[in-house]
Amino acid sequence: MEILVCVKRVPDTAENEIEVNSDGTDIDRDDLVYSVNEWDNYAVEEAIQIRDNVGGNVTVVSVGDEESEEVIRREMAMGADQGVLLSDDAFNDSDGKGIASILKAEIEKGKYDLIMTGAQADDGAGQVGGMLAAMLDLPYASLVNTIDITDDKKIKVGREVEGGNIEMNEIELPCVLSIQTGINEPRYVGIRGIRKVASVEIPVHGTSDLGLASDAVGEAGANVKKVDYFVPDTGEGAEILEGSTEEIIDKLVEYLKAKGGVK
Amino acid sequence: MAQIYAYIVHKGGVADDTAIELITAAKKIDPDASVSAIVTGSGADLEAVCKDVASTYNEVIKIDNAAITYPNAEIIRGILVNILPGDAVLLLPHDTFGMDLGPGLSIKLESAFVADVVDFEGLDGSNLKIVRQEFSGQVSTHMLCDIGSGAVVNIRPGAFTPDESKSASGEIVDKSSEAGDLAARRTFLETVVAEVGDVDITKSEVLVSIGRGIEDEDNIEIANDLAEALGADVSCSRPIVDSKWLEKSRQVGTSGQTVKPKVYLACGISGSFQHLGGIKGSPFMVAVNKNIKAPIFQVADVGIVEDILEFLPELTEKINDM
Ligand SMILES: Cc1cc2nc3c(=O)[nH]c(=O)nc-3n(C[C@H](O)[C@H](O)[C@H](O)COP(=O)(O)OP(=O)(O)OC[C@H]3O[C@@H](n4cnc5c(N)ncnc54)[C@H](O)[C@@H]3O)c2cc1C
Repeated sequence: MEILVCVKRVPDTAENEIEVNSDGTDIDRDDLVYSVNEWDNYAVEEAIQIRDNVGGNVTVVSVGDEESEEVIRREMAMGADQGVLLSDDAFNDSDGKGIASILKAEIEKGKYDLIMTGAQADDGAGQVGGMLAAMLDLPYASLVNTIDITDDKKIKVGREVEGGNIEMNEIELPCVLSIQTGINEPRYVGIRGIRKVASVEIPVHGTSDLGLASDAVGEAGANVKKVDYFVPDTGEGAEILEGSTEEIIDKLVEYLKAKGGVK
Repeated sequence: MAQIYAYIVHKGGVADDTAIELITAAKKIDPDASVSAIVTGSGADLEAVCKDVASTYNEVIKIDNAAITYPNAEIIRGILVNILPGDAVLLLPHDTFGMDLGPGLSIKLESAFVADVVDFEGLDGSNLKIVRQEFSGQVSTHMLCDIGSGAVVNIRPGAFTPDESKSASGEIVDKSSEAGDLAARRTFLETVVAEVGDVDITKSEVLVSIGRGIEDEDNIEIANDLAEALGADVSCSRPIVDSKWLEKSRQVGTSGQTVKPKVYLACGISGSFQHLGGIKGSPFMVAVNKNIKAPIFQVADVGIVEDILEFLPELTEKINDM
């Protein structure tokens, strides 16, 4: 099975507090720790497991600047067979459709049975997988948390829906799936694993390699544009308990007693 | 202004809560807009939903076909492409159905797409100003979306006030014959219902709920100890279940359980909308988080800015000493 997984390098929210920068044009990117988008990491793990079970190849592809190479390498250290970086200044400020167009161009250069994305990334939009499938005219399932490779024409996938119920579907290959967290337990990647792939060449493709018109991507091709970042005025919010830890605990215990929180 | 359409999600003959939220969202885009509901499905369930929705929308477009008794997004996408005008603005709930349908539909309609919208701030020509959040609600953004050639806009459930006025007496228009080709390459097989666990957190009066801030599986003991002292149960956010540290039946949120306790202690939980979506009945909410900017402090009653790994054991000790 030829599998392609789309991954994104994002600020790691477990490691950083995300704040708006001083002029509201972006988040404050000084000293941010980046990693591979959590959802994408589950997708790569799933791809590797499928390959190990039924044979084939796993390609990891990322749209981003040259720093994105580090997440491609990380996913190769995990077990992906090759990586491709899609990078070009003309890609800057692409909207979801722009990103999907770039990925589509790369995907059409190869032949894949299964294309995976994470269910969503740092902006919480969850749009690229579904757009990509529609552009490639392939069937699509989002929020997939079980995959059963039944044969080489169709597979069974479970979509996690409201309440944690699983909607089972049969879907024809080739197809596009967006992967939900929890589908597997992604393996740990150590320094040694990263070292092994440190010198593997990762090709970089830009607009001309991909045959993309520069006004189809980037800001020029976007019909959704980000104006600014801000912190909403949310009114009151919580009463923050102040004082020493002991004082805070005393106040909290009073509240808990009053509200029925202590039996 | 183009016509606005609201897609109605429903189940078992009952419209989803978002049915009466999407109309508020539509009126926020344009107070004078004419808004039509679209309801797809089959049989008596569909009839019941159409009737109900007609008390909120002036026009209800009904698509009746056995092939969409279960809402297959691929089939419904084809239908919507057939019945919607090119410049339609379609509102979908940003739930597991809307996430499945919206992005691909926007490509087929050749219109713009915006996901998980929490507010609108006006229409300037064909530019719609939209409010979204990023990083699980840690920051907000304004977006400009050109709706000139139509748009698919996914609306966050719960973000717009439900319109409970029931003041419309809408006309139900049957467009089933315009549905077109109903073939699909993805077929629904069955729904596997989530397993029931050892404790039923939906019945708990007090919940000690832990999130990624608990950092390590071994630290779950800290939450268990506090819960025992309080006579509470332990629940959690999704990452704890993804890591297999607690059972799925303990997960609070849209893809987990809906809880309605009296008191909810959110410990090391950032407060994503999917997590908050599982907390009903306005419990007294205490948030303990080391980041004062965590969104959970916007919804909690009482906030404590502390490291849970230190704070919770001290709290447990105090309660045990009482
Ligand atoms: C379709 C879909 C469905 C989903 N369904 C659910 C759902 O049902 N339930 C759910 O919970 N999520 C759900 N999610 C995931 C959701 O978007 C968030 O990713 C998740 O809720 C985040 O969990 P968290 O708050 O524990 O982690 P984070 O967002 O990582 O927050 C951890 C918090 O802990 C704080 N912290 C860290 N260390 C400490 C410490 N030592 N002391 C105190 N505070 C600390 C941090 O400041 C941070 O605020 C869903 C996502 C999708 C896409």
